[in-house]
Amino acid sequence: MSKKILIVDDEPNIVISLEFLMKKEGFEVAVATDGDEALAKVAEFNPDLLLLDVMMPKKSGFEVCEALRADPDRAGLLIVMLTAKGRDTEVAKGLAIGADAYVTKPFSTKELVVKVKDMLGLA
Amino acid sequence: MLSGWFIVLLSATYIGVLFAVARFGDARADAGRSIISANVYALSLAVYCTSWTFFGSVGRATSGGLSFLTIYLGPTLMLLCVGVIVKMIRIAKAQRITSIADFIASRYGKSQLLAGLVTVIAVIGIVPYIALQLKAVAASLDVLFDQPGHAIHLWGIDSTLLVAAVLALFTILFGTRHLDATERHEGMVAAVAFESVVKLVAFIAVGVFVTYGMFDGFSDLFRRAAAHPELAGLLELDASRAGTWAAMILLSALAIVFLPRQFQVMVVENVDESHLKRAVWLFPLYLLLINIFVLPVALGGLMHFSGQGANPDTFVLTLPLSQGAESLALFVFIGGLSAATGMVIVETIALSTMICNDLVMPALLRSTWLKMEKRGDLSGLLIGIRRVAIVLILLLGYVYFKAAGEAYALVGIGLISFAAVAQFAPALFGGMYWKQATRAGALAGLLAGFSVWLYTLLLPSFARSGWIGNGFVEHGLFGIEWLRAQALFGLTGLDEISHCLWWSMLANIGAYVVVSLSTVPDALEAGQAERFVDVFRHAQRAPDARLWRGNASLKELVDLLERFLGPARARQQLAAYARSRGQRDWHGLPPDAEFVHFAEGELAGAIGSASARAMVSSVTREEDLGLEEVLDILDEATQVRAYSRELEAKQQALEVATGELREANERLRELDRMKDDFISTVTHELRTPLTSIRALSEMLHEDPKLELEERRRFLGIIVSETERLTRLINQILDMAKLESGRAEWTTADVDVSEVVRESMNALEQLFHEKGVHLDSDLADRLPPVQADRDRLTQVVVNLLSNAVKFVPGGGKGRVRVGVSADEKAVRVTVADNGPGLTAEECGVIFEKFRQGGNTMTDKPQGTGLGLPISRQIVEYFGGKLWVESAPGAGATFIFTVPLPGPEA
Repeated sequence: MSKKILIVDDEPNIVISLEFLMKKEGFEVAVATDGDEALAKVAEFNPDLLLLDVMMPKKSGFEVCEALRADPDRAGLLIVMLTAKGRDTEVAKGLAIGADAYVTKPFSTKELVVKVKDMLGLA
Repeated sequence: MLSGWFIVLLSATYIGVLFAVARFGDARADAGRSIISANVYALSLAVYCTSWTFFGSVGRATSGGLSFLTIYLGPTLMLLCVGVIVKMIRIAKAQRITSIADFIASRYGKSQLLAGLVTVIAVIGIVPYIALQLKAVAASLDVLFDQPGHAIHLWGIDSTLLVAAVLALFTILFGTRHLDATERHEGMVAAVAFESVVKLVAFIAVGVFVTYGMFDGFSDLFRRAAAHPELAGLLELDASRAGTWAAMILLSALAIVFLPRQFQVMVVENVDESHLKRAVWLFPLYLLLINIFVLPVALGGLMHFSGQGANPDTFVLTLPLSQGAESLALFVFIGGLSAATGMVIVETIALSTMICNDLVMPALLRSTWLKMEKRGDLSGLLIGIRRVAIVLILLLGYVYFKAAGEAYALVGIGLISFAAVAQFAPALFGGMYWKQATRAGALAGLLAGFSVWLYTLLLPSFARSGWIGNGFVEHGLFGIEWLRAQALFGLTGLDEISHCLWWSMLANIGAYVVVSLSTVPDALEAGQAERFVDVFRHAQRAPDARLWRGNASLKELVDLLERFLGPARARQQLAAYARSRGQRDWHGLPPDAEFVHFAEGELAGAIGSASARAMVSSVTREEDLGLEEVLDILDEATQVRAYSRELEAKQQALEVATGELREANERLRELDRMKDDFISTVTHELRTPLTSIRALSEMLHEDPKLELEERRRFLGIIVSETERLTRLINQILDMAKLESGRAEWTTADVDVSEVVRESMNALEQLFHEKGVHLDSDLADRLPPVQADRDRLTQVVVNLLSNAVKFVPGGGKGRVRVGVSADEKAVRVTVADNGPGLTAEECGVIFEKFRQGGNTMTDKPQGTGLGLPISRQIVEYFGGKLWVESAPGAGATFIFTVPLPGPEA
């Protein structure tokens, strides 16, 4: 059974590219375009890994991450934060609130795929 | 029916009332509740208006027209120099000054010689003035008694001598009633103020009587006067006499301060500096009131007694009497009596104090007689000396009146006195503001000025009276033409007063300045110079006391005080002083420098500063402080003050600078934070499109077998994201240019409606594609605005594309554009029926990278810089850009561009 990945980003073109990339690697993919939708999709789609943008309307990636980490049922959920803001403080913040990895935009598709597979134990 | 004894009785009653007022004033002063208010002080200054004003102004107006006013303009101008007078009062209080002679002597090292010289000048200068008062009272009595039925024999005595005797007695009872001889006399001041009211009311009463009783008001009187050709000239200002006017104004300005009686009431008797503020307007008002009726009475008298040769100086009496208004005449007589007695009392008290302290005391202190009597109480002797001096002064005045009284009109005599006391001006003003002025300079100046006054004014007046030959007036001294007394060095064309004033002031100031500059002051002088000139800085006693060094015995100093103040008053002052130093009993006081200073101050109040200095130094063993040492001490004090002021100033400057730095730092930090945020935001905005571009290109690059449709789709996204990047970079650069002020502007006349129309055309396609309805309401023939056409287009396009972005599509969206104008500005509105904005959003959308609403679908279209740039542009043109909106009610963006002003 293939692993499930939820893509959360408010930029449609980034969603398009990520969706295409992950599907091509054989993952089952769902999409959310803001924080609230992300939390709903997590409950409904039950993903193994979250590609989570930080700067989003309604709820930021940080807030989504915090909410998920507060839920003990989701302890195994892997979270990869994606951000266009490359400042060290933000990387540190993301990791501190429980993200498993932090990737800066623009990213290398190859490296992202490697990292995701690695995290899901598929390498 | 009037009779001689009735007049005497009336006068006695009036004088009794004056006594009551004076007693009341003294009693209140003793009880510590002074009745000297600001009003009383101002009224007491009106002792300036003597019988010379009361009778003489009318006389002067009959010959000189309006020129009598100069005597009242001068004082008004002088009082405007409040700062000078306040400084004088402050010095006088600090130094316990008793008279003008004391003031000048004290400034120049407490010099007995200088005090004596000033006293002599004052006595010689003022005696004619006192003679004037005697003449006025005698003349008014003559007028009253000359009336049929009023003949009363004055017991065979010359009525003027009788008047002098009464005045002497009166003054003795008044001013030297107290045994404690201090410098202030509150009862006297109260009585003088009372007299000022009486004489004012009396003069106004006769003025009203003449103007409205004998004539039909001012206009009638002046009209009838103008009909007499010889009177008409009195009503005109005579330009050829401008020099005389200036001299008169200057003289009277100096007289209001330097006449001994004026110095007495204005400076010595002042109880509160703030009273001066009232006097500054109240006293000139008084002068105005007392002068209103001068000309009407003069003209009335001249017309009424035309051809009868009546004496104009007594018009105020003869006019009412000619109409049978006897009680008014009596009232006027009392008014004149007030004017004369007020002057005589204050003047003789001031002069007797000067004579006692500055002429008699120094002589007595040198004589062996006083030393033998060392144990006795001398306060009685002081009073005695003053009483004798009063009698002598009035006697001298009488003698002068008998000798020279008929030589001049009343006003002439007064001006001789004015010119004499004007000689004090350089030494006194100079002493207050010029530290380098020395005793020798003051002596030289006074002597020079006094000599010139004597030669050019007083002696010629003697010559006119036939006392001495008038050869020096007619042909010059020893027949030398340029020494003619009233045309010195060939200076002709001036009246005698101006002539005297010019030469005496030239000699006085010249000698004062030259000698001062070429002599060196001694230690005492230098110390006094410092205290006078810098009186406002020497608020505390400390530096005064530090300028004395030596050994003193408490007992000897106390003895000294008891001898001159009387035991009772001495003990009272000692007790008060002990309390001020925190001691219960003065017996325990240390005889230190401060005590010596206190004792000298108390003595100065009684016998003047010069004599006090002499007495104190006679009972103490003083070390001589050299000039160098005194200057060092003063300098030190000044330097310490200067340093501390400098430090204070520097500290303040530092505090200000620190505050400014903190503020600047705060601003910088804020700017830094903003810059950080900006870069972070820009980074985000740049990375977002780059992310899609990179991801998609990598996938295209790695997977050549990608389906064509996918390929085309990806490439399309890449192209549009690249466009977005370009747009973004352009706008950031645009924004940076606008913000840094480096943007280029081409300003020209722009028709706003046309710009809007063009912008709408340009975007027509976009609106059409989205199915948004665009309509407009553009006013025609608007005045052009001064703006950059392309920039304005940029704003309109930005607003339109924002609107189309937010309204619903599919035929439901509506955007309406309007252009209108008022007198001040052209106004453009872009209204949409989109989702609207919250109040908070209305503000933030004009910040950089802050977009309104959820722009999910159209996000690539906006950079978040459009509105901030538009606002910058509009504000550059001097206009405003804002939005009016509410959630669900659409949004209306409005901007204005001001029309050029009418002057442009």
